[in-house]
Amino acid sequence: MSLNREDVVKIAHLARLAIDEQSVPEYARNLSSILDFVATMEQVDTHAIAPMAHPLDLAQRLRADAVTEEVDRETCQAIAPQVEAGLYLVPKVIE
Amino acid sequence: MEWETVIGLEIHAQLATRSKIFSGASTAYGAEPNTQACLVDLGMPGVLPVLNEGAVRMAIKFGLAINAQIAPRSVFARKNYFYPDLPKGYQISQFELPVVGHGQVTIDLEDGQRKVIGVTRAHLEEDAGKSLHEDFHGMTGIDLNRAGTPLLEIVSEPDMRSAKEAVAYMKKIHALVRYLEICDGNMQEGSFRCDANVSVRPKGQHAFGTRAEIKNINSFRFVERAINYEVERQIDVLEGGGKVVQETRLYDPDKGETRSMRGKEDSHDYRYFPDPDLLPLEIAADTIEAVRATLPELPDAKRSRFVDHYGLPEYDATVLTASRELADYFEAVAKACGEAKLAANWVMGELSGALNKAGLEITESPVSSDALSGLLARIIDKTISGKIAKEVFEAMWNGEGDADRVIEQKGLRQITDSSAIEAAIDAVIAANPTQLEQYRGGKDKLFGFFVGQVMKATQGKANPAQLNELLKQKLDG
Amino acid sequence: MKELHQQSVAELAAGLARGDFSSVELTEALLARIAQHDDRLNSYISVTAERALEQARAADSARAAGQAGPLTGVPLAHKDIFCTRGIRTSCGSKMLDTFISPYDATVVERLDRAGMVMLGKTNMDEFAMGSSNETSFYGPVRNPWDTETVPGGSSGGSAAAVAARLAPIATGTDTGGSIRQPAALCGITGLKPTYGVVSRYGMIAFASSLDQAGPMGRSAEDCALLLGAMAGFDERDSTSLDRPVDDYTATLETPLDGLRIGLPQEFFGDGLDGEVARVIDEAVAELRRLGAEPVEISLPNTALAVPTYYVVAPAECSSNLSRFDGVRFGHRCDAPRDLEDLYKRSRGEGFGAEVKRRIMIGTYALSSGYYDAYYLKAQKLRRLISDDFRAAFAQCDVIAGPTAPTPAFRLGEKADDPVTMYLSDIYTIAVNLAGLPALSMPAGFSQGLPVGLQLIGNYFSEARLLGVAHRYQQATDWHTRSPDGF
Repeated sequence: MSLNREDVVKIAHLARLAIDEQSVPEYARNLSSILDFVATMEQVDTHAIAPMAHPLDLAQRLRADAVTEEVDRETCQAIAPQVEAGLYLVPKVIE
Repeated sequence: MEWETVIGLEIHAQLATRSKIFSGASTAYGAEPNTQACLVDLGMPGVLPVLNEGAVRMAIKFGLAINAQIAPRSVFARKNYFYPDLPKGYQISQFELPVVGHGQVTIDLEDGQRKVIGVTRAHLEEDAGKSLHEDFHGMTGIDLNRAGTPLLEIVSEPDMRSAKEAVAYMKKIHALVRYLEICDGNMQEGSFRCDANVSVRPKGQHAFGTRAEIKNINSFRFVERAINYEVERQIDVLEGGGKVVQETRLYDPDKGETRSMRGKEDSHDYRYFPDPDLLPLEIAADTIEAVRATLPELPDAKRSRFVDHYGLPEYDATVLTASRELADYFEAVAKACGEAKLAANWVMGELSGALNKAGLEITESPVSSDALSGLLARIIDKTISGKIAKEVFEAMWNGEGDADRVIEQKGLRQITDSSAIEAAIDAVIAANPTQLEQYRGGKDKLFGFFVGQVMKATQGKANPAQLNELLKQKLDG
Repeated sequence: MKELHQQSVAELAAGLARGDFSSVELTEALLARIAQHDDRLNSYISVTAERALEQARAADSARAAGQAGPLTGVPLAHKDIFCTRGIRTSCGSKMLDTFISPYDATVVERLDRAGMVMLGKTNMDEFAMGSSNETSFYGPVRNPWDTETVPGGSSGGSAAAVAARLAPIATGTDTGGSIRQPAALCGITGLKPTYGVVSRYGMIAFASSLDQAGPMGRSAEDCALLLGAMAGFDERDSTSLDRPVDDYTATLETPLDGLRIGLPQEFFGDGLDGEVARVIDEAVAELRRLGAEPVEISLPNTALAVPTYYVVAPAECSSNLSRFDGVRFGHRCDAPRDLEDLYKRSRGEGFGAEVKRRIMIGTYALSSGYYDAYYLKAQKLRRLISDDFRAAFAQCDVIAGPTAPTPAFRLGEKADDPVTMYLSDIYTIAVNLAGLPALSMPAGFSQGLPVGLQLIGNYFSEARLLGVAHRYQQATDWHTRSPDGF
């Protein structure tokens, strides 16, 4: 499976990663070689195999519906890049 | 060409849990920004979700109420996209295996017909935060208090054929979630909102047309307007030789139109996959039975009972069961006063009128069900007439006390003493010889004139039945 | 008396209990060693001297008040993947260079409560993605046995610090071998427990269905002591197992008589370094002398483990790392033009090349049209790989083999070729896919570099694995060797 330049740009966009123009070919090469390697999976017929999402064959445990968390906004926002009036600021969102 | 509209709704109902779906932070509405967003809600590095049992039980309750299959095993998945109100960069939702399977509800159409609308599925997911677009130096502010609030997304089949049907369906689900006490139904606060999938096709065509999804509509009125606008728009496009584009649109209530949301177009590859932080949700049969035991009487069953037990007309029963609170109010009045039809008339008439005028909910009524049944009791025992009762009701609404007090203070007690009524009649007859002559000459209609005059003379307090009877005797005498 | 830094956790605990030295003295001695030697290794990202001395004083007071537990006053280092309140938790990334965690990971909280003293936060591959510790934003860690070679990864800082006696013991995390491979390359003992035994809360996620924390120490006994304090149910982690914590030290002395040791033929084929093979053969011979019975077994899908892993782990990581968006914490680019620019440049600048590669592979594997061919396929293979172990454990009690195909390789040797790098985890990765416990312990040397023997057990057999390793370590002295010059 070989990825071309457009593929890399598209994936990088989907993952919201800025990639230098000049490093795109290197990403294309590296990602293609990883995908080639991964393609060995195709050798096995998995038709009748149930997928395994998790190592534990267990069910989800449930939490009682109770308020247990105190929120320390000051501490949480001390590490935020930009806040004002208790809000996290981002460049204007256009809907 | 004649067109047919096809509508499916995705309703988001915020579940009325105390804490969030995957964290122990409070869900209370209206707190200072980001004071109810705990580490888990903020998507801090290293934090993990743990599922709220209350949210699961509410989903089961809903499923049972629409006769749906409750999945013995369902799976939480991540829906990946970047948006500033989505802290983790993914929303935990359910994709392939939802907790509630196929069910249905019945809606009432305007022509009195009923229609069954299929519910494809309902699944649990977390709500996002809010973007505030007030000006922060040209930036947007993000409040994550709402992030992680449990939502039940209820997806209908594309079974609706008009905006009115869509509204009827949405109202039905609204009533249902409030009956079940799993959602406060507050549309202004966004607790109950919907996305509408709308398409049109030539009448008779089997295949669906291309649909547009109108996002985040938060009132019944807007649903109707947004759909009607969108239908017109699509028909215009098609009749103009164009093609409807499959896209997400936003309804602008100020302009009364929908517009394309270009911003979200490129992120449609949500890359769903099972959330590895959560295990499959397994619901045992005995849990389902335990939840079933907590189900209240649902609107349809209540309506039938109101017809059978109280002898109400179908129409009255439908109106009175529209909300659980209204039905409870009616029942309290009907039981206390013993005359269901009288109670129904008053609740649907005077009371609902006054509530509408004042913009109040039944739960906020200044006249309690006890107070109203106290008033009706005075009609039944003939202390006052129905007409006087309206005056008493108004005084009660204005806080002048209960029925007995108002009747006493205003001296509105009905006159049932025959001799007093007879005296009033005699006086009226004596004062109107011309009319008496005309009446006796065959002008029957004048009977009403005499009733009015006697009522006037008694300030409306004469018992109407007695008055009728005695007046007839005297006039015909 | 042995120098303090040469003593094991068990010895230090005994010395503290006897009053031979105080926790403050011990902590000061180790901080001095870090200051003296870590320039050459770069094993720590942050040394938290002040906090350490405070904890040490508290530990000494607790002891004076008769409230000391078995680990009170014993120092350790935490991999910088565990959130520590008020202290930078970088995960080896520029993205989190300014991240002061507002909370403690459950593991940190538990070890604090046990009275342990945190010396600092150890270096690691960025977001635990790497097998050589060369992807760290804070520069590579060097292997104390030969500073021109890598310590392995991703818990390379913890491994190097313990090997160089700059910490008596450390925590690590293992997603595809990140405890065991560096333990092998640095000549220490490291255990990855059964998935769910140690809480993941507060451990910055790489691949959630594979990540598991464990101890990295000099001996099986030390690992048993630390694991006992790390393990246990945590209601904040849905995948944490609600079962009592085993007493890992109680069964250390259990004899190996009759123990069936499975030797998977796939672990001894092409790609295994000849010297490493010799060391492993000798270790197996030693186990046989101790009463164990080697059994030939097969794990037929071994070759598929690495490709499967390199779909599952990147897929999960691509989603796990979406929260690093420059909005609430972490790196934010200068003067973003718009929202998309904020996302793309913050993430583009904050993540290194390997992390970006894995995010992109994972994004691709989950994307529309490729999900079935990659992610779903990998999940199915995961079951096959897991079933291989199930079948194997019908024939044997413990599986033994090499931890890594070669001893430590030279810095930069594999840095340009991701796939070659990935293959250095060929013997460790299947264990994570299945969720099994496994450890690596020193078994000898190849040209002066340590070689690790891997022991893989069935679910919840940590105590058994530690017991086998302990008996081996009673009979050998590989685990007591320390590198010259440190």
